[in-house]
Formats: sequence, structure tokens, C-alpha cells
Amino acid sequence: MAQPLDADGLALPTAAPAADLAAEDRGLTAARRWWRRFARNRGAVFGLAVFLAVVAMAAFAPVLSPYDPIAQGVGPPSQGPTWAHWAGTDSFGRDMLSRIIYGARIALVVGIVSVLLSMVIGVVLGLVAGYYGGWIDAVIMRVMDGLFAFPIIILAIAMMAVMGFGVKNVIIAVAVGFIAPFARVTRADVLAVKEEPYIEAARLGGVSSLAIIARHVLPNVTAPIIVQAALRVSGAIITESGLSFLGLGPPPPTPVWGSMIAEGRNFIVMAPHISTIPGVALMVTIVGLNLLGDGLRDTLDPRLRR
Amino acid sequence: MADPVLAVRDLVVEFVSDDGVARAVDEVSFTVGRGEIVGLVGESGAGKTLTSEAILGLIRCPPGRVSGEVRFRGQNLLGADERALALIRGKDIAMIFQNPGASLNPVMRIGRQLTEAMAIHLAEARHRLRRRAVDVLTKVGIPSAAARVRDYPHQFSGGMAQRVMIGMGISCVPSLLIADEPTTALDVTIQAQVLALIRQLAREMGMAVLLVSHDLGIVSQMCHRVIVMYAGRIVEQAPVATLFHAPAHPYTRALIACLPGRDGEGRLGAIPGMMPGLKAMPTGCRFHPRCDKAEPRCATEEPKLRQVGADQIAACHLAKSDG
Repeated sequence: MAQPLDADGLALPTAAPAADLAAEDRGLTAARRWWRRFARNRGAVFGLAVFLAVVAMAAFAPVLSPYDPIAQGVGPPSQGPTWAHWAGTDSFGRDMLSRIIYGARIALVVGIVSVLLSMVIGVVLGLVAGYYGGWIDAVIMRVMDGLFAFPIIILAIAMMAVMGFGVKNVIIAVAVGFIAPFARVTRADVLAVKEEPYIEAARLGGVSSLAIIARHVLPNVTAPIIVQAALRVSGAIITESGLSFLGLGPPPPTPVWGSMIAEGRNFIVMAPHISTIPGVALMVTIVGLNLLGDGLRDTLDPRLRR
Repeated sequence: MADPVLAVRDLVVEFVSDDGVARAVDEVSFTVGRGEIVGLVGESGAGKTLTSEAILGLIRCPPGRVSGEVRFRGQNLLGADERALALIRGKDIAMIFQNPGASLNPVMRIGRQLTEAMAIHLAEARHRLRRRAVDVLTKVGIPSAAARVRDYPHQFSGGMAQRVMIGMGISCVPSLLIADEPTTALDVTIQAQVLALIRQLAREMGMAVLLVSHDLGIVSQMCHRVIVMYAGRIVEQAPVATLFHAPAHPYTRALIACLPGRDGEGRLGAIPGMMPGLKAMPTGCRFHPRCDKAEPRCATEEPKLRQVGADQIAACHLAKSDG
């Protein structure tokens, strides 16, 4: 049996064993082959585990949380971790663990929905700009540059100020801020892909521009987009937490990690767990998502794979 | 030749830029008949590929400018609009490229790529198209084609990928196949197989083939007629046997001398110098700075293409007239 690296083609000379590799790979679907590469990346597996844990927390919050996250006085106020309250209680005597578990819901919903929104819009803009070029490209990309000019948190604060508070508005504000990076990443790859001979070959076959974009260009630029999405989810969660920290998130008493950290500031000396425990939850989630994103990049991006 | 499939007349391809107009293809005229394989040879930059792209309307204008006439079965393609061209491309005229691996979409199954063009041009049900895709792959010599349609391009070797490309090309039964350096990226043994396949398909289907190549060796085996281009112009055109046994243009002679294995000489011949750039065309005959037979008038007077043999035309002052 060869070294495990060999299946990657890393340790192998390029030409000769290609046939063996192809034969070995033929039995596996593309997804299985990807999984074999992914599973070897420890950081990515850890990231995936964290992500699944957060998803489970969000999905089963009512079952998992020991107390009502909004109910005050379920324990003595500002008490550190005990057997009754594993993560302690906050200044209102609310159970921190329950609030963290429920907080995962908002973090995930904002992270995923806002990224999906910005991905769809950004990818479409990037495809159009990259494929057609010319003035369409110039107009779209200048608008994107304009969006890029604002730090995302400032843009979000401005939008929240106009639209008002609430989860929906946080999602919209974060999504608008992330359109530009998706458009840029997509356009950059489209520019490379559209010069590929197979695009010319499709054009020669009489395939229309829209069909070429949908069937030939888009499938060839998905890897960087998926990676971008995975990495942006953590960015979206950080932005959401930042907004909540500043008091621009969902109004209290909604359990949100960002506002929980903010609430603990006044008690940071006497009861440091009120700020730090949600902070650790946020940090672990972000690190996990970033590791997952990096793992996806390393295994999905064909340029890094070869 | 009665009713050629493709008749190109006075084709000119120019590129307009800030510092003037560069004429990359200059008044090129030729025909390709049904079932005929015509070779288009010349060095890199001679205008071979541009000529074939101009035929299919693939040159971006601007910066390009294409004039002349390209008649395909009587219809002038240069005047045709994009929609009319899209109907012809892939159906009646197919093109295969130099780099077969890169000409296939890496994330699309082979079968899907084969049926894509067919679905546009042939009004047939999906499952019948899929059958056809398998038939086409079988025809171009891909073993266990029924299983291979589910494979991705990276699972094919270069030669097999070129067979797939040829299969895509012929799937709608075109009357003209333009093959631009179809075997350049393949090794010699595979080259021979692929060329034999193209020749066989041309014969079976009565398909006209325009074979663009810089390799006279390939052309000598494949073609009925050969067109030699130099610096954007046709310098000689003749049936393959005539061209090799009685080349009329010094450039053709020089090219033939560069082929290995003739005359039993130890050293390979080479043509001194480089082909002139588009913006620094020599006056008179464009080949005269590199020509070992050049006379004073070659530098001033431009030779016209004229009849120099029964079926042979050449653009050289020194070629004998109609022998």
C-alpha cells in the first residue's frame, strides 16, 4: 500500500501513473474523493465539528437549554459557574448557558442567510461583469468599489440607523456589505475561465451566451465561491456580534452573543464570566468556521489541489 | 471543382490599433471541395489560425476588421448575423482545436458535453441524443463508450480527449471540419491514430476538411491539396504530390528541406531569419530577405500569385510560368 499522500497525486510524478489513479478513482464519486481529502485535514474536521455543534445548538435549543433564556431570577444574579448553572448567571439572574444556546440561533441565521443573500447577488453581478466585460463590467465594478470603500461595520451601522433594529435588518445590512467581495471573486475567476478553449468550443457549438454562463462558466468558478461563502459566514457573525455589542442588534432581552458581552462589561471585575463565556463561544465558533473555510479552500480549489 | 463546400475569396483580416493597421491575413483565396482534405501550412504567425477563425466569424471586431468573401455552400458567412452563424457553427461547420484537454469543460461529464451541441441543432429527445453520444464515441474509437459518457474530461488521456473533440465535431454530421493543429499536443503514435481517424471520417461522411498545421510531414500524409502561407499571404498552392516533388516557391522548398529524414543528410535544414512582423513588412516579395535565390527585383516588385503548373499556383518571380 502506498503512502496516503499518493492518492492526492502529490507524491507522484505527473504523467505515468495517471491511468492507475483514474482507474482507482473511477469507483468513487467526486464527493467521496473530496471527502477523503477533507478528512485528512484535521483543522477542517475540527471546524466541521464546531459548525455541526453550533447547528445542533441552534436547532435543538429548546431541548438543550436547561432554563428559559429570557426568564430573570432563575438563579442568584452574577453568579459564576455552578452545577445548577454551568455557565453562571448574568446580572438579571438569567441562565447564561441557555442564553448562549439560544444565541447560536441568531448567530447562525444571520451568518448563513446574509451570506447566501450576498452570494446570490454578488455572483450574478460578477458573472455578468466578467463575461460581458466592457461598460457593463465598468459600471458594476465601480459600484462594487464604492461598496468596498466603506468598512463593513460602518456601512452596517449606517443602514441599521436608517432601517431600524431587528434581525431582518441586521441580515440585510450584513448582506449588502458582502456583495462586493463575492462579485470580485467571481469576476476574477470568470475572466480566467472565459478565455478557456472549452468556452470557445461551446460558442462554436452554437451554445448561447446565457447557457454558456450557466453551464460552462458558473460550474467552473464554484470552488472559490464556496470557499468565500464559508469564510464570510464567520465574518457575518462577527459583524452581527459587533452590531449587537454596540446595541444595534436585535433589542433586549433577545439572547445575542454580542449584547451578552456588552452587558457583562459593567461587571467585568466582579463577574468576568458574563462577558468572557459568550466571548469564548463566539471565538470558538469563528475559529471553527474559519478552519472549515480553509479546509474547503484547500480541498475544493483545483489550483491548490494540484 | 464543381460547387466547393467552402470558397474563400480575397479574405483580409486586419487589426486596427493606435499605431496603424496591421494586416494579418492578406487577400487569401482558396476552395475546399466535398470530401477533400486541404492543408493550410506555414510558420507560427503566418495567418493560418486567423484565416480559420475568420471563416467561422470568431474574430472580434473591433479591434479586428474582416473583409472579402467566405462562401459556405453558397452562403456568404461574412455578411451573416450572429444568429445565422450560431446555427451553422457546430452543425454544418465544426472546429477542433490544438489542445484537446483544455477544450473540454472540466466539470461536465463527457456525455453531457456531446449532447449539448446536439440538443441545440437536432430536434431529438434526450434519451435518443444520449444514444447518439454513445454512438459517436464508438465511432471515434473510444472503448466501452457507454460507460465513458459518464466520465469527466480528466479521466481521458490526451489522445482520447482529442477523439472526444472529434466526436463532438462530427456529432451533427458537418459538411466542413476545420482542424487547427489537431495533433500538435499529442505524441507521435497517437498523432498517427488521430489523423487516420480524421481521414477515415472525411471519406465515410464526405466531409470537407481544412487542416491547419505547421507540420509538413502531417500534411503530406493527410491532404489532397496544400496551401502554403507566409506572412499573411498564400505563396503557393498545389496538389500534395506536386508540392512535394516540384515545389515552385523557394519558401516551400525551404520548408521541405527542413523536414527530417529526406536526402539522408545528417543535419536538419533551417530557414535563416524570422518571419517579418506585421508592422515591418519588407517591400516587394515578403520572403526575399530570407530567400537564398532573391534577385534585386524581389525587393521592389511584389510577385503576384500565378499559374505555374497544371494545378499549381505560386507567388514568385522566379517560378517558371505554366510549365
